[in-house]
Amino acid sequence: MIWNTFLLALREIRRNLLRSFLTILGIVIGVAAVITMVTLGNGATRSISDQVSSLGSNLLMVRPGQRIGPGGSAGAPMFKVADVQAIAAQVSGVKAVAPETRKAVSVVVGARNWSSVATGSTRDYFTAAGWTLTGGRIFTEAEERGGKAVCVIGATLQRELFGGGDPLGESMRVADFSCQVIGVLAAKGQSAFGSDQDDTIVMPIRTVQRRLTGDQDVRTLLVSANDSNATDAVKARVETLLRERRKIGANEDDNFNVLDTKQIAQTLSSTTRIMTTLLGAVAAVSLLVGGIGIMNIMLVSVTERTREIGIRLAIGALEHEVLLQFLIEAVVLSSLGGLIGVALATGASIGLSSLMSIPYLFDPAINLLSFGISALIGVVFGFFPARRAARLDPIDALRHE
Amino acid sequence: MNAIVDTPEALIRLADITKVYGSGPAAFQALRGVDLSVQAGEFVAVMGPSGSGKSTVMNILGCLDTPTAGSYQFQGVHVETMDRNQRALLRRHFLGFVFQGFNLLGRTSALENVELPLLYRGEPVARRHAAARAALAQVGLDGWEDHTPAELSGGQQQRVAIARAIVTNPAVLLADEPTGNLDSQRSREIMELLTELNRQRGITILMVTHEPEMAAYAHRQVHFVDGRVDRDSRTPVAEATP
Repeated sequence: MIWNTFLLALREIRRNLLRSFLTILGIVIGVAAVITMVTLGNGATRSISDQVSSLGSNLLMVRPGQRIGPGGSAGAPMFKVADVQAIAAQVSGVKAVAPETRKAVSVVVGARNWSSVATGSTRDYFTAAGWTLTGGRIFTEAEERGGKAVCVIGATLQRELFGGGDPLGESMRVADFSCQVIGVLAAKGQSAFGSDQDDTIVMPIRTVQRRLTGDQDVRTLLVSANDSNATDAVKARVETLLRERRKIGANEDDNFNVLDTKQIAQTLSSTTRIMTTLLGAVAAVSLLVGGIGIMNIMLVSVTERTREIGIRLAIGALEHEVLLQFLIEAVVLSSLGGLIGVALATGASIGLSSLMSIPYLFDPAINLLSFGISALIGVVFGFFPARRAARLDPIDALRHE
Repeated sequence: MNAIVDTPEALIRLADITKVYGSGPAAFQALRGVDLSVQAGEFVAVMGPSGSGKSTVMNILGCLDTPTAGSYQFQGVHVETMDRNQRALLRRHFLGFVFQGFNLLGRTSALENVELPLLYRGEPVARRHAAARAALAQVGLDGWEDHTPAELSGGQQQRVAIARAIVTNPAVLLADEPTGNLDSQRSREIMELLTELNRQRGITILMVTHEPEMAAYAHRQVHFVDGRVDRDSRTPVAEATP
């Protein structure tokens, strides 16, 4: 009986193809919108957390000054390489710690030139910041101690200055000295803040201090924790140690700040999640509107088919059988809308995510949920018209013109 | 006539049936104490001017409506106390309906129309097909199974409706002015078909008509006037029930 009713419903839908299509359009758009919004939101969140974690895993960034941002470090003393050594020696749970001092430079190779940033650091920098090499090597301890003019370049420089060719062993002019390329970094892509992370030159910190900045300052300390759950503990220990070393009194504020990449990732992805929820909610409203459309058409359909209902009742259809017939029709309609919506959303999500260059993440939960809700809408909004049909008086219904 | 009323095995027995529509001063009394018994195998024509209550009595006989007072026994079972669904089941298993306006499902093939009652009886698909084809063959519509009502003439549509009514082998066929929308030639054909069904398959037929020519096909004519049975006569027809 149910199977027959299902076939009957399909036939009824086919019979009024255009009207059925217009009826389910609301559901189609609603389901497609909800799924697309959530899928794109998930993709954006993933892409942001990927970018943040590409800064380095479980990374703490320590900078002088009370707050982050331009001018925040005014008046606060810079770090020294000795601070790095102290953290490495005294703070437990640290995988790698590296100083970082940066200077904008222009780089020339033959006829090509490029503006980039030179980063001075130690061998631990590559571990702390999560860099791997596609070719060559990082600088040796001897080169680091001696402040040799060797550099490891990012993928952007390889592309811009060497035309994508092999730069190993080549020399390039950085500011006013010549520097030998000894390694190439694997590309990381854009950072969470939109800058090109691959536009970088890494060389021993002493080289940068001696030849570019002319001082002993270390702008940033990168501290990488052993374990992602330990970053808070490591952060607290680093803060205590630095307060001691910088002789900050118990009632004085820190004159440095510690940024936790995990924290950045969480903040950014919770922002995207809120946006996703909001957009999803707006889309869900259109689902509701679609449901009302279904109810409207089902009511019209009941009126239009009053005589048919009368015939069915006269030949012995029970109340609940007529109810079921119209309910199934509504559910088949709305589920069909849900299915088309899911298909449409898959297409739109794949297309839009590649357009926005974020990963496409198929979320089975939201697809199932949206489809389930569309079917539920059929039940809820189909029930009233179906009950109206089932309660018709067969004599009146048969007389209906 | 009294002998018929008192026969215990009457298929249908109405006793003192009244039907009032509305209430208060606007109330309209459609039936004022109807007594009627029908034996299995009878072919009864129900006649009377409009407003005489013949349609009301047919609706009650067809279990589509309930009487205000009085008792209705169908095969000895009281129907007047049944609820909506019980009456629907009774219609499903024992009654077949033929209407003046045919009342077929539009855009639905003849075969599917005839299958409809079997669908509600939960018959398997193969049995449904076979029974529907047989019923269509019986009404002379061999080869018209796939035609929709719009592709059939009025006479053919009424034949499909009759096939739909007999496909379940009902005890009673209720026909409400079955020839009302047909010309005299088609009307005669339909009446001959009904006569044949009554004679060959022993289906009891109750038919409302106001055409004496059509009523003459029946063996018994019940005349209604003002909500009462006015006259109950029998035609001594040559081809009466054996």
